[in-house]
Amino acid sequence: MPLFPNGRLSRRRFLAGTGAVAAGISILPRQGWAAEEAKLNFYNWDTYIGETTLEDFKAASGVDVKMDLFADNDELFAKLKEGNPGYDVIVPSNDFVERMIKANMLMPLDHKMIPNKANLQSAFLDAAFDPGRKFSMPYMWGTIGIGYRISKTDGVPDSWKWLLDSDRYKGKCALLSETTSVLGIVFKYMGHGLNASDPKIIKAAEELLIRQKPNIKLFAPDNGQDLLLSGEVDLTMEWNGDILQVMEEDNDLSYVVPKEGSVVWQDTLAIASGAPHPENAHKFINFLLGAEVGAGVAKVIQYATPNAAAKALMPDSYSKNPAIYPSDETLAACEALVYQGSDVVRLYNDAWTRIQSA
Amino acid sequence: MARQRKHPLVFWVSALPPSLWLFGFFLAPLAIVWVLSFGEKRGLIDVEITWTLANYVRALDPLYLGVVAKSLWISGVTTVLCLMIGLPVALGIVFAPGRWKPILLFLVILPFWTNLLIRTYALIAVLRTRGYVNFTLEWGADTLGLPFEPLALLYNNAAVVIGLVYVHLPFMVLPLYAALDRMDKLLIEAALDLGASQLRAFVTIVVPLAVPGIISGVILVFIPALGSYLIPDLLGGTDSQMIANVIERQFKRANDWPFGAALSFLLMYLTFGALAIRSVLAKGDGGLEAK
Repeated sequence: MPLFPNGRLSRRRFLAGTGAVAAGISILPRQGWAAEEAKLNFYNWDTYIGETTLEDFKAASGVDVKMDLFADNDELFAKLKEGNPGYDVIVPSNDFVERMIKANMLMPLDHKMIPNKANLQSAFLDAAFDPGRKFSMPYMWGTIGIGYRISKTDGVPDSWKWLLDSDRYKGKCALLSETTSVLGIVFKYMGHGLNASDPKIIKAAEELLIRQKPNIKLFAPDNGQDLLLSGEVDLTMEWNGDILQVMEEDNDLSYVVPKEGSVVWQDTLAIASGAPHPENAHKFINFLLGAEVGAGVAKVIQYATPNAAAKALMPDSYSKNPAIYPSDETLAACEALVYQGSDVVRLYNDAWTRIQSA
Repeated sequence: MARQRKHPLVFWVSALPPSLWLFGFFLAPLAIVWVLSFGEKRGLIDVEITWTLANYVRALDPLYLGVVAKSLWISGVTTVLCLMIGLPVALGIVFAPGRWKPILLFLVILPFWTNLLIRTYALIAVLRTRGYVNFTLEWGADTLGLPFEPLALLYNNAAVVIGLVYVHLPFMVLPLYAALDRMDKLLIEAALDLGASQLRAFVTIVVPLAVPGIISGVILVFIPALGSYLIPDLLGGTDSQMIANVIERQFKRANDWPFGAALSFLLMYLTFGALAIRSVLAKGDGGLEAK
């Protein structure tokens, strides 16, 4: 057992070792990807794909897509950290792309196999979190804001105060359950940058959230929009598209990015290290970046597409919607989360554990 | 048995598979978790075993002891409620006409045919603001012309207790039934003939005879309830975390296996404590064992 002799334990490394042994045993050399079975395992967020996208891909390529769902980036990272359980294409957000690159959890992309990259808006062809887009292609982008029930709120709740520092909506509000996003927003509310790393600021944010906890009904794992729609809460911190999806079902709901600013994020398509079907994964990513396919997805999930060709196919109600494409002024107040190294993440996680347990 | 003892080979051959099973699937994984609890995190995904006690020191922080205390409280309330509901139900089955007994027992076991997750989600549909309980109450209030404000039944500690009682009730009813069914019913008749009231007969005859069943039922409900994770996760609110939820968070999202391992062992010592109390109680009652 390579676990204990040198005192270092990593199941990931252990699995990598067994993988190497298995590769050594197999007699036939792998002939490129030619013999890949017609399957693909896709690990995606809930409500984050077009209605017929997977069937269309099957019709176009013959590849069967099996989709699993995760609720937030923490869950995605936790699932893959001990070794890839068999996923090909995954959908991490920007700061987690950075984190996963550092932990060797992503496979470099072969850009030659993704000609539809040409459909992307030029601003998305490079990214600070993944220079040269070596590991990730943009899928959707958006903001985090407050989804609310118009008839139950006094005016537009355009400040994080209502969720973080007030008992006005006691028992009628929910926060997200993703550590970095929620803490970052608390930092912003307290007047710091989204990516604060000072232990004193982290401590102050922890105290603020613990103080606010009695007023919060739930830390919602990617289901805040359902809680809002079912009347369980009247205000919820959520990703914009999720709220837009339920706004189509209920006119009494709306979305606002608070004036203190928020998170602007980008979700990406990436291939997990050790993916069993890398060729199909490239085909699938290329397929999703197609103009009509991208428009088909955007129409359903109501997030902003980075795909210029897809956006051109969309009606004005989408491409001119301020909840999807926020004004420059709103965007100027928003920041992107940046991965700040394992020590700071540790501080975040410890604070979050104490908040959850308090 | 006697033959087996005389033939060591037979003994060893028959004892080997269960021993290997116990070692391979219980002791060895447990040992790994135990060793992990003395580790320190290094970087994003590695753990170094340094035999530090820091994880246990952190686990004994009042914050986490508070979660442990709350878990003990919630599972204790669950156990008491299960007992209060389970005893009449078990008695009802014992005194039911013979041909009804199998059907009633079957009804007790029936929920096990459905996955726990599905039953819990079904409870969400019952308890939520626009759920069946509130719909019913609203209908009642409308009929009577009273104003109606939906009750907040979900995402709080009461919802967790309701869920736990619902799921664990069969574990209380079945041992109680087993204990009471063996009871000589003539004893109750005698007590009533001699002038005892129904209540008196229940308290002085039935309950003492049910003690073995009560002890088994309490253990079978209390220990799983103490470690329950799914129900507080789905039905609880922001202050409904039980110790298993904190442990799960360490192994998954918080990415801190050593601390999670230390908390797991804390929970395990508590369980051992509960079992020890049980055996002391059983001895104190002069061998009133369930079996």
